[in-house]
Amino acid sequence: MKVLVPVKRVIDSNVKARVKADQSSVDLANVKMSMNPFDEIAVEEAVRLKEGKEHHAAGTASEIVVVSIGVTQAQETIRTALAMGADRGVLIQSDADLEPLAVAKLLKAVADEEKPDLILMGKQSIDGDNNAVGQMLAALLDWPQATFAGKLEIAGGKATVTREVDGGLQTVSAGLPAVVTVDLRLNTPRYASLPNIMKAKKKEIVTKTVADYGVDTADRLKVLKVTEPPKRAAGVKVESAAQLVETLKSAGAL
Amino acid sequence: MAVLVIADHDGSAVRDTTHKTVTAALALSSDVDVLVLGKGAQGVADAAAKIAGVRKVLLADGDAVGHGLAEAVEATVLPLADGYDAILSPANTDGKNFAPRIAAKLDVAPISDIVEVVSPDTFVRPIYAGNALETVQSSDAKKVITVRPTAFAAAAEGGSAPVETVAAGEAPKTAFVSEEMVKSDRPELGAAKIIVSGGRALGSADEFHAVMEPLADKLGAAIGASRAAVDAGYAPNDYQVGQTGKVVAPQLYIAIGISGAIQHLAGMKDSKTIVAINKDPDAPIFQIADYGLVADYKTAVPELMAALG
Repeated sequence: MKVLVPVKRVIDSNVKARVKADQSSVDLANVKMSMNPFDEIAVEEAVRLKEGKEHHAAGTASEIVVVSIGVTQAQETIRTALAMGADRGVLIQSDADLEPLAVAKLLKAVADEEKPDLILMGKQSIDGDNNAVGQMLAALLDWPQATFAGKLEIAGGKATVTREVDGGLQTVSAGLPAVVTVDLRLNTPRYASLPNIMKAKKKEIVTKTVADYGVDTADRLKVLKVTEPPKRAAGVKVESAAQLVETLKSAGAL
Repeated sequence: MAVLVIADHDGSAVRDTTHKTVTAALALSSDVDVLVLGKGAQGVADAAAKIAGVRKVLLADGDAVGHGLAEAVEATVLPLADGYDAILSPANTDGKNFAPRIAAKLDVAPISDIVEVVSPDTFVRPIYAGNALETVQSSDAKKVITVRPTAFAAAAEGGSAPVETVAAGEAPKTAFVSEEMVKSDRPELGAAKIIVSGGRALGSADEFHAVMEPLADKLGAAIGASRAAVDAGYAPNDYQVGQTGKVVAPQLYIAIGISGAIQHLAGMKDSKTIVAINKDPDAPIFQIADYGLVADYKTAVPELMAALG
């Protein structure tokens, strides 16, 4: 089984985003960038499918292809995935911050070429917070989708996925090929070992351009401005639980 | 211009997230229809018909839509899409699951998790874990939008819309297997007026339940948790408040043993009053709390229980 894992280079999850003074966007100059944390979980699960770790049978995945759409430095994000155990990478170079619809169309074109049995990807990127690309990709491919996976089992040509939903957990089975988007509890991603980082340097990354795929990537949304959310006024410290209750009661909060 | 709202319900009652989404829809158009997808959900449709401002209710009855399968929701909504300029649903796990799928089929950009309707084509939505707000103008003729319920007031009751039946779609390649829903007599996180939320400091699942449940029951509160507490297995996943969990905005949010990571703050910083109890005086949660108590929860929570009487 071939697994395709799209990954995105985003602001590091420990960095607090700051808005530019001209309100055009978030300031990413000199900010630490990393692989989107959900995508790391997707890469880890793909590697476990190949290695036969946890409940997966060895060789469930035979090949793992990683694809990223972004600036030249997104190569580093692909390299990280290769060091974790993916086999090869595709970088679709783009300096534009593409919208989810455009990303889904490019990924569909990649899927048409690569013909994976499973696309494993993060449920959302922590910059745009759209939570949309996986579902859109599944729709464009006319494949079933299983989102917010907390557990994944591959058997009998199906992906059986336990989804983290509002009321608890829902398990669905989707016939392959399918798109599965992953949630936080699916696994804990590994740190790549030094030998694997060295090995990853020799793995192939093919660089493409958006134009190579001939799809419409025009923006549908115009960003009019990006602003800071209203700040909360500084609070007060109370000395005891009794004082807290008293204060809350007099403020009408209890 | 007409708008279709896809209702959120529990099988027997309409959730107030639907009322809140109707409010957002009414900011786009006065012609608002509500689509109820479910199995045996006539009661839900009748309740949705009573929401003030609703023109008519469409009821799609089927097994696949009853389980909320995105493919079936897509197949139900697409034949109806011609009649609408916008399709709105609450930004809960169901809406997030099916809305982008519908948008892709219509070849439009989904607009996720809006917190404000500026005009019928311009919306505000949080990005970067709520550390920035983006105002976007859509050029698509048809809009597919998910609405952050906590950002909108609930539409009132008092309508009497007619209910019509529409065909429910199927999900031929996806099958429902099972579900494990958390049963609780406490209010739902999204609807609770008071939330008590526990963090990693609680140390174990037993301690989490032993500390949080009596306090929640005393206050009539829902229980939330930080990602760290959920990851550690102290609390179930549906308790998680944060960027990727639930976004809440209760009247009172009491954070116990939660340090206040950016991702957690993203899910609760719009609460009316925030209380933080943490033994670390430098915990980031204190920067956004209205009232902070620097204390170990082990002593603070029993004292709090006693003070509440």
